Formats: sequence, C-alpha cells, structure tokens
Amino acid sequence: MNQSSSSSRNAILGRIRKNLGRDTSPQDAPAEVVARLGNPPRNITPARAQIPHDQQLDLFVKMAGDVNASVSRIENSEAIVGEVSRYLAEHNQPAVVRLAPDSFITGLDWDKTTLEISSGVAGPLDLVSVTPAFAGVAETGSLMLRSGPDQPYTLNMLPDTHIVVIRASQIVGTYEEVWGLQRQSQGRGTMPRTFLWVTGPSRTGDIEQTLQLGAHGPRRLHIILVDDTGETPVAQPD
Amino acid sequence: MEHSTSPNFKQNAHDALNDASLQRALGRLKTGFKDKRTAAIAQLPEFEQLRDAARDIKNHTLANLDHYLTAFEANVIANGGHVHWCADAEEARQTVLKICQDKEAKSVLKGKSMISEEIGLNAFLEKQDLKVVETDLGEYIIQLRNEPPSHIIAPAIHVHKEQVADSFRETHKGRDINRPLDEPRDLLDEAREVMREHFFAADIGITGANFLIAETGTSVIVTNEGNGDLTQTLSKVHIAIASLEKVVPTLEDASTILRVLARSATGQEMSSYTTFSTGPRRGEDLDGPEEYHVILLDNGRSNMLGTEFQEMLRCIRCAACMNHCPVYGAVGGHAYGWVYPGPMGSVLTPSLIGVDEAGHLPNASTFCGKCEEVCPMRIPLPKMMRHWREREFEKHLGPQSMRFGIQAWAWMASRPKLYQLTTGFAAKVLKSMGGRKRAIHKLPLARGWTDIRDLPAPQGKTFKQLWAEQQAAKKA
Repeated sequence: MNQSSSSSRNAILGRIRKNLGRDTSPQDAPAEVVARLGNPPRNITPARAQIPHDQQLDLFVKMAGDVNASVSRIENSEAIVGEVSRYLAEHNQPAVVRLAPDSFITGLDWDKTTLEISSGVAGPLDLVSVTPAFAGVAETGSLMLRSGPDQPYTLNMLPDTHIVVIRASQIVGTYEEVWGLQRQSQGRGTMPRTFLWVTGPSRTGDIEQTLQLGAHGPRRLHIILVDDTGETPVAQPD
Repeated sequence: MEHSTSPNFKQNAHDALNDASLQRALGRLKTGFKDKRTAAIAQLPEFEQLRDAARDIKNHTLANLDHYLTAFEANVIANGGHVHWCADAEEARQTVLKICQDKEAKSVLKGKSMISEEIGLNAFLEKQDLKVVETDLGEYIIQLRNEPPSHIIAPAIHVHKEQVADSFRETHKGRDINRPLDEPRDLLDEAREVMREHFFAADIGITGANFLIAETGTSVIVTNEGNGDLTQTLSKVHIAIASLEKVVPTLEDASTILRVLARSATGQEMSSYTTFSTGPRRGEDLDGPEEYHVILLDNGRSNMLGTEFQEMLRCIRCAACMNHCPVYGAVGGHAYGWVYPGPMGSVLTPSLIGVDEAGHLPNASTFCGKCEEVCPMRIPLPKMMRHWREREFEKHLGPQSMRFGIQAWAWMASRPKLYQLTTGFAAKVLKSMGGRKRAIHKLPLARGWTDIRDLPAPQGKTFKQLWAEQQAAKKA
C-alpha cells in the first residue's frame, strides 16, 4: 500500500465510523461479525432443491436444459469417451480435443476413439475442451468449476464447445452445500484463484435485446452426467 | 464521467421524446426485461423471503462496514493480492494509471464496470496513451459510438442493429465492405472474432465487482458473455474496481443476494457466469493473472451512512427500477445526464455529484411506486426522492413560481375553513368551465397542462361535501 492509499484508508474508515455514530479509532469486531464470518448462516434456501438425490438429478438435467446446455446421462465412466465422440460428430465439430490435465479425465481410455487428444491450457486454436467439475447444483442446473493446476481456467472460456464430465454423486441441491464442500476440501476461508459457476453457455442480449448464444465464451455447453452409484467412489478432485 | 448534463434534464427529456429512433428502441423495453422478471419470480416461491434476507444482510453489513472492509482487505492480502483505498475519482484513476505504468502496459481490456464509468476511466487512460478496449458487447458498441451507457445492465439498449453495423464497417478495417451485417448474429460473430485478438494481446484486465466477500477476500462478477472472465484471465494483471458498499460478509450471503439479482435484472434464474476471483494465479496454476488488485472507491458513499440516504447503499445495480419506471421508459437513460439513470440514479446521483447539479432528477418521477415494489433490496426509492426534493426546497434551488405555489398552498391548507370555502367554489367554477364534455381545454395558470391535454373537470362538489351528504342520507 502506498502512502496516499494508507492515508485515504484511514480517512475512509474514520468517516465510516463517525457517520455510523461510533468512535473513529479502530475497534475489535463485535461478536455478531466474528460469528457470521466464522460460521456463516445459510439464510434462505429454496425448497425446490431440497428433495431426494434421484430427483435432484432430474432437476439438474431439466434446469441445465432450460438454459440451453445439453445433458447426456450415461451408465458408467467407461462410456465417457464414446459420448464425447458421438456429441462432436453429431454437432459436426472437429475431432480434436483439449483435455484438462486432471488424472480422471486424461486417464480415460481415449485410445478407443479416433479423437486427437492433448492436455493443458486452451489457446486460440482449441475448439473443443473436456474438463471435470467440482460439483453441480440442481437448483439452477449450474456447474461449479474450480481453477487449479489440473483445471486451467482458459478451458472453460476459449473453446467453442465445452464438454464437462460430472458424476451423479457430485450433484447437490443448493449453492450453500457447495460452499460446505469447498471448505471441507481446501479449508475454511480458502478459495482457488477462480471459482466459476456456469449456468448454460455464453450468451448476450446486447443487440436489440435478442438472445444469442456464444458471445465471447463457449457457443455450446455439453454436460456428461455419469451414473456412479454402482461404481467404487472416485475421490473428489482437490 | 466528470461532467454531467443533469442540470439540462428538462431539455434532454424534451429532445428524447422527439427522438424517433430512441422511442423505437424504448418500445422494446416495455416487454423484454419486465415480462421475463415476472416469469422468473413466479417460479420461485421464496422470492419475497429472499428479498427480506438480502435486505437484512446488507443492513447488517452497512452497520459494520468498517469491520467487513478490513476483514476483506486482510484476506485479499493473505491471498497475495493488493487493496487500494481511494477517496475519490481522481485518486482511483491515478492508482489504476500507476499500476499500468509499473507494468509498462500499452493496452487495457475492460469488462463492464459502472464504477469505471463513474470515474471516467477510459477517457483518462486514453489521454495517457493507453489503448482501452471495452469487451462487453454493449459497452464495445457504445465505445465505438463514443457515447455513455444509457442503461446500467444493457448499455446499448438505445442502439439499433443498423447503427451497430455502421460502427463495425467504419472500425473493423480490412474486411469485405459488402459483408452481410444485417442480423444480430452476423454482428455478434464479427465482434467475437475481433475481440479474440484483443484478448490475447492485453496487458491489464479491468473488471468491476458485483460483490466483495469479506470472509475470503474474493471479488465476484456476474456476466452472460464470458468477456469479463477472458479479460481477467488472459491479462497479466487483474484490477477489480469496486465501491465500498459492494462488500458482503460470506459466500452464503453473496449466494442469497445472487438469487434475487439475475431474476430482477434479466429474468434469468442465474446468469451464465458467476465468477469468484481470489488473489492472483497460484504457484502451480497454468493460467490466470500474475497480479490481483482491488480498487476500493469511496467517492461520497461513506458520507451517505447515517443519513436518510444510507439505504441506497443496499443497491445491487440490477436495473429493475429503471426497467419498470414510466419516466425512464419515456426518455431513456441519456436524458438523466450522468452515469446512473432511472429511479436509482435519481437518488444516487445527487448524493455523488450534489443536489445543485442533479436536483431535477428526483423530480423526474410520477411517484407511482413501481420502483420500490420491484426493488429486490427493498430500497424505498420514492421516499428518498422526496428527501431530495425537501433539500432542494430548503436550498432554494427550485423555480420561483414553484416556491410561490407551494407556499400559497401551504398557507391555504393550514386554514381549513378558508380552504373548504375556496375549494368548494373552485369545484363549481371548474365544473361549469368543463361544460357538457366535462373537460377543460384552457385554464389560466395551468397552461403547462392544458396546452397538450384536457383537464378533466370535477363534478361540482368537494369530497368533504359529498361525504357530509352521504352521512346525512344514511342517518335519514
């Protein structure tokens, strides 16, 4: 912090305290502030998502479909690579795929397909990406994607087609449950550089309020939802 | 924006009403956002409870603003980021410039930010020989047209596709001059292609922030296009510009308010991208910015605390108030003359640039109350516009004729006998003036009304007279 910022800091905080009718010198945070930060209340969560897990899956699929994402439900993780091939062929997309360098994704049996595979960050020429997800939220059909060494952020935004693989056990009801999982996985108060909620592909209404998909991010968002109830649980990505 | 044309509101509004192109664009607003909002809210039974919760979160935060801001600051620093406290627009501009100079930057990419409009950042940086490119499609269009936004979430809502095509042909050189740009899709595809080149060449990426989260030192942007994400990810430095009141305590609190934001704004259940950014890229990360800076701007807001305008600091910039405002719907955003139009602008603008400058804006209201009815944060906008009118009256800023009229009415109204006598007489006279059509075409002292429409004539008796007659009839 430079000197001017430091004097502005003190002036701004002083004004805030004075106008709130308090002493202008710094004080310890009151108990309710400490409590709220230490143990965040969940406030109001919609009843629509507080349903049995199989219904949450159906809700997730419906809500994602409502915002122009497509969802394929498949039986097991062995079928993932075939589904990627099928989707790209059906939509006349190139068979060249950039994968997230995540061991679950790169460890799939890509040799079974004719797809050309590489992994790493996305560049200007990458048209298709396949990434994992941290979680999915049934309430609005949203995907929760965390940046990290195994999930470069550019894969979510640069390619024309973004394919996300998510397991049924990763779908929860509400955003609040995801924050609970995040704290469990990385620790309280810790976040990755970017934690992204994706609800449908990129869109804009900026020209005459006409909705169009594929503004600056992906034109297509395809979600492969793997039924993992019969599989040995795979560790949550961390 | 340093200079406002708010003092010319009356002329601006007059011009806007006679602008056929603008009126055609505003026609689209009458359905669009409003119908979508209604539909989205019908899908969520908890919406009213969520509004209460959102209001309570912000009230609690504002009452403890110093504590949450310092907690936010500590967590940004703990994650390797920087916080710059800026008292006013000039300090914020200089701080951004300093960061650009330290990185020897040549180009600046911008995600959509109303605070950047408030501090007039683009014009300032361009004067310093930096190349500034707006990446949000609407912002890009108005940047090419050299105009301010006319709406806080749909900045180019006043522009037609033919005008966009003209701007693109003029700016995007080296393309076939006869290429088809008739449809919104053609325009979008061209903008996407052009913007990709900018994304890969940027030094500094500037975004706004819908929320700052004290618990984690996170800034949040809510977007649909993905431009903000590319802006902040592909640049070497990410600068988030936010005003003080954007802070909320926790991730859960942000989530609660997010549930009312998009629904109130565009009628979406959730926007396409809600992006939580914390610090610069981590050691092992393969992409992301190397530096993360937050500009915390005051610019008059701390002085709204403890006043009758404190509740305005709950505003989350969803634009529901302007989407539903009959005045905004008639004159559009530019007439308001500064950055924030519509009812929220009519309350906020006098706080930020002074009631002497913006005194017309709180008068630009029919007091229909729709803005307060739709505000997800339950901000009593009409009440606050009345407070500004009181201040305007106290400071003798209104026209002499208005002061005289109000004073004359007050003198009469505090003398009930005289008031009843006069109004009873006036009701009779006006009835006879109305004739059989019961409409008055010309009325002395009220030509402002009768020049353009008839004044409906009263039916001859005052309310009190009718009431007395009715009560007497009941007893009889």
